[in-house]
Amino acid sequence: MDFVPILATAIATSTPLVFASVGETFSERAGVINLSAEGTIMLSAMTGFAAARATDSLLVGFAAAALTGVAVALIVAFGSITLQKSQIAIGFVLALLGADLSSVLGNPFVRVPGPTVPELSIPVLRDIPVLGPLLFRGDALVYASYLLVIGSTIYFYGTRAGLLLRATGEKPTSAYVRGANVSRIRYAYTLLGGALMGIAGAAFSLDFKAGWSHRHTAGYGWIALAIVIFGGWHPAKVAAGAYLFGILQSVATVAQSAIPQVPTQVFGVAPFALMIGVLVVTSRRRAGGTAE
Amino acid sequence: MKSWLLRVGAVGLSLAFVALICVVMGASPVDVAVSFWDGAFGTMDQTARVLSTLSPLLLCASGLLFTFRAGLYNLGVEGQLVAGAIAATGVAHFFPSGSPGWLVIGLALVGGMVAGALWGVLTGALHVFGRVNEIFAGLGMNFMAQGAAIYLIFGPWKRPGVASMAGTEPMDRSLWMETVGSTDASPTALILALLAALFTAVVIQRTYFGLRTRAVGQNLRAARVLGVPAVQQLLIVFAACGLFAGLAGALQVMAVFHRLIPNISSNLGYLALLVVMLASFDMRFVLPIAIFFSVLNVGSLRLPLTLGLESSLSGVLQGALALVVLLLPRQERSPKRDLGRAPAEQGRGA
Repeated sequence: MDFVPILATAIATSTPLVFASVGETFSERAGVINLSAEGTIMLSAMTGFAAARATDSLLVGFAAAALTGVAVALIVAFGSITLQKSQIAIGFVLALLGADLSSVLGNPFVRVPGPTVPELSIPVLRDIPVLGPLLFRGDALVYASYLLVIGSTIYFYGTRAGLLLRATGEKPTSAYVRGANVSRIRYAYTLLGGALMGIAGAAFSLDFKAGWSHRHTAGYGWIALAIVIFGGWHPAKVAAGAYLFGILQSVATVAQSAIPQVPTQVFGVAPFALMIGVLVVTSRRRAGGTAE
Repeated sequence: MKSWLLRVGAVGLSLAFVALICVVMGASPVDVAVSFWDGAFGTMDQTARVLSTLSPLLLCASGLLFTFRAGLYNLGVEGQLVAGAIAATGVAHFFPSGSPGWLVIGLALVGGMVAGALWGVLTGALHVFGRVNEIFAGLGMNFMAQGAAIYLIFGPWKRPGVASMAGTEPMDRSLWMETVGSTDASPTALILALLAALFTAVVIQRTYFGLRTRAVGQNLRAARVLGVPAVQQLLIVFAACGLFAGLAGALQVMAVFHRLIPNISSNLGYLALLVVMLASFDMRFVLPIAIFFSVLNVGSLRLPLTLGLESSLSGVLQGALALVVLLLPRQERSPKRDLGRAPAEQGRGA
């Protein structure tokens, strides 16, 4: 069995999840759990596709998706930070609302062709044995996801702003005493997280699962939330979790032909069940922006 | 008085939002409302379907009141329903044909309750002993249950020749629960659901058990110090929720679909979560809201035919209502142990 193409597929399919789960990591690290991920990703996948199709511009599509994510995150932030309401309840309702809204508003766009992100392999680097085909024959979005993971890890652990971000989630009182505006910081990172989740949505509908149909990204929002816990709120580990999920999916596709006794439909849900199963077995932490 | 005004305003705001969406989609809100009404009450069959949707919704909502009282967001209710449906199908599947129908149906319903309760306890054990947040333990168990149902439908229990999304082989007529005429409405299912709601209201409001549950929900540590067996209490409420959800799943199989289908839950577990939140965790409001939501769900099924709109429009209205009510200024009666809220409070109060 040739593992390079399997892994390359895994990396490609994980890319949207990397955006979503790193986005959620920003939000949760600042102390806000944006439980709406499932609805946000679905709604922004739809708006991103619709906008890109209407204007025939990928950039507009991604911008529209990011703005959708920001809009949903703004409701979560306003409800939980300003109004002091339960962020779990608000997020859950938005998860359902976003999914239904995407279905209603996205109806005219079901299974119509639209623009997709073009491939862009990097000269020289793409010819490195094994690593080349694995990492450097993707598209601009894949490379952006690498930058996001590296950049956010450095930001979290190597900058003052990152330190402040972690302090805001873990010890808000101390951060406040030190002169930080806890609410404003939480707003900022929740909106940033929302924007990244929105980009994740567009990454599905304009790239890796190109097009739009009802419930197009079903399940990925919940997986993104689980991956954040799996990765212990550390951007690099969270990304590793996203890639693990991608590998599970690729393996499921391959296993489909290798194990004919199991009905193929089972492989469609297996990675989701496995990923959550792994989380449940390994996790001894409670969810939440405030690490112990 | 003022809180009533707020609530009316909330309903108005949600309706305005949905009306706006209708206009965006090129349909007149009045036509949509008429279609909803016709869809729910146009024929006997449709009205019967409202009642048949009400039973599982009410059962799940009743179960959720137990877990919400204990401060838990039990998103696993969906999987508990599926587990009940699988067990009920299994009982009907393996019972020798020719057995008296009432016996098989009765055992299938009991099987559904047991399976749902076990699924619930397992979620609870993951939460209590594994220290996994109950939201994710529940979601994980949902995926597992969904996977198991799909495996059975396309694997061991597939229809001879054609395994499909249509589900398993329909059951023998003798195993169909009695309904009103040729409609979907099963009086037994409705009576069971109403009894469950009544039972829940009494247990939560009037018993020592209900008081203990609330104590655990408001302050787990204090309850434990004061001698409430908190772990046991949490597992029991998970079991109770699973039991009701499992019965709902068994009824979906025995009274409505007469077979196991991939979409057996029809998202009713999640919808029940909305109902309970919208009711502010108060049983008196659960019944009217559940009825209203059933009407919306059934009424929306005609939208694609009459106006070319998606039936998810009902979900948009339900979600918008819940969201607006959640954001309203009022006495918060949501679970106290909302882990996410604590840091936000600290942040502002400091």
